[in-house]
Amino acid sequence: MKGAAAPVRNAARGPAAAGRAGGHVLLRLVVLVVAVALWQVAARAHASVYFPPPGQIAGRAHELWFSGPVGRLFLTDAAVADILPSLGRMAAGFGIAAVTGIALGLAVGRSRWAYALCNPVLQFARAVPPPALVPVFVVVFALGTPMQVASIAFSAVWPVLINTAEGARGTDPLRLDVAAVLRLNPVERLWFLLLPSALPRIFAGLRLSLSLSLILMVFSELLPGTADGIGFTLTDAQSRSDLLTVWAALLLLGVLGYVLNTALLAVERRLVGRGRTTA
Amino acid sequence: MKLRLDALGQRYGDQSVLHDISLTVPEGQLLCVVGPSGCGKSTLLRTVAGLQPAYEGSVTFDGTPVTGVPDQLAVVFQDYGRSLYPWLTVRDNVALPLRRRGLPRAERRAEAERILERVGLDGAGRRHPWQLSGGMQQRVAIARALVCRPALLLMDEPFGSLDAQTREDLEDLLLEVHRTDGATIVFVTHDIDESVYVGDRVVVLSPGPASGVVLDLPVELPGRREQIGTRGLPEFVALRTEVGRAVRGS
Repeated sequence: MKGAAAPVRNAARGPAAAGRAGGHVLLRLVVLVVAVALWQVAARAHASVYFPPPGQIAGRAHELWFSGPVGRLFLTDAAVADILPSLGRMAAGFGIAAVTGIALGLAVGRSRWAYALCNPVLQFARAVPPPALVPVFVVVFALGTPMQVASIAFSAVWPVLINTAEGARGTDPLRLDVAAVLRLNPVERLWFLLLPSALPRIFAGLRLSLSLSLILMVFSELLPGTADGIGFTLTDAQSRSDLLTVWAALLLLGVLGYVLNTALLAVERRLVGRGRTTA
Repeated sequence: MKLRLDALGQRYGDQSVLHDISLTVPEGQLLCVVGPSGCGKSTLLRTVAGLQPAYEGSVTFDGTPVTGVPDQLAVVFQDYGRSLYPWLTVRDNVALPLRRRGLPRAERRAEAERILERVGLDGAGRRHPWQLSGGMQQRVAIARALVCRPALLLMDEPFGSLDAQTREDLEDLLLEVHRTDGATIVFVTHDIDESVYVGDRVVVLSPGPASGVVLDLPVELPGRREQIGTRGLPEFVALRTEVGRAVRGS
């Protein structure tokens, strides 16, 4: 599908447009490079222990996590011990939130009365700041991974659920008529109509959920009783007044958030595709 | 398949849309339903398609009352852009109704390609509907309707949003399909010329609300229909005038 579509579009856009797009990327990079350079100069000029220059921060991050053997993708033991548990919990929480949110969202969105009944509850649940719920989960679950995964899942589920419900509710009535006339069974209707037509909204929800997952991942690891993870590294380094490692962990979180979001966008582009102006 | 409407009525709340419509469409007939916009033509079609099952009077296919979407029925809607599923390829759109028959995937695809070739779209199967022109998209919708060999084909102003040339091509495609397949067809249009050109019979509905049949006219034209010659025939002009008068209510 992409293969057939791409040449037409590129031909229509022409080299001028391609040059412009390249220019945008360059411009963004320029801003980033200038910002980092200014930071570096300013930090070096002040020489404060609280604000180390970015070069040093990157150096520490590299030394801590990415100076391992080639066979392990340069990951050090510390990286395996810190980053992987965090990512694992986040993946579990986000995964649970995505699956539950999409399933419930489709169910709620397709039934007018279910939507009317559930909408106030959903709006309320969404309005509660997610980190505020973590103390509840600390009480309900034991400290540690179950509590952390539950906090992430429970916070991240709402945006997916609400957006999926909206998407399913917005299914084109003519397309529903078509499904009825073609006598699609409920599973086919879900797979060939409801899911694909709600997909843009589902991804809008997933993007919100992903950033919430990252926030909750760190937040739940800041609590006492945690023994590993990036959030733990952060508090641990802070208690040892190792500011450089704190900054390195922050840098790592920023990069992780960026990479995960880019990956999700790539999946979205692959699945939602073009020509979806009516959806 | 014989379609029979008996004192059919349809209402939205206390607003009556269709009132006391009785019609018998014999097997293999191409019936055109004409009327001013808002006269309930689409409602009539949706009722026959089983999409609005709460009606007054009776609708039967070969004696069986319509309570839901009947088997062996296909519908072509006016808005091809919305009626096709944009996330599926042309071929998968056309093959979609075949799932119900439990054919293996390869056979469904082969069958879809066969029908696509028949409507003049060979080679377009792997593209997406939105990559095609409006006329080609409506051909896809027609292919999707034909793929299950329906005994009753309903068409709701199918060519209403196409340019004149494309519309004429598709009218001829429809006539060709009708000659070879012999399905019963109910064709709704607001275009008087079109109704006389494609129809075996033209029924005119009165303006709403509470539309009823004001004219029921058999179309008998000499020879095989073709765009230039047929439209110039005195018989054609006479029929068109009669239908036009009925639509305008004078």
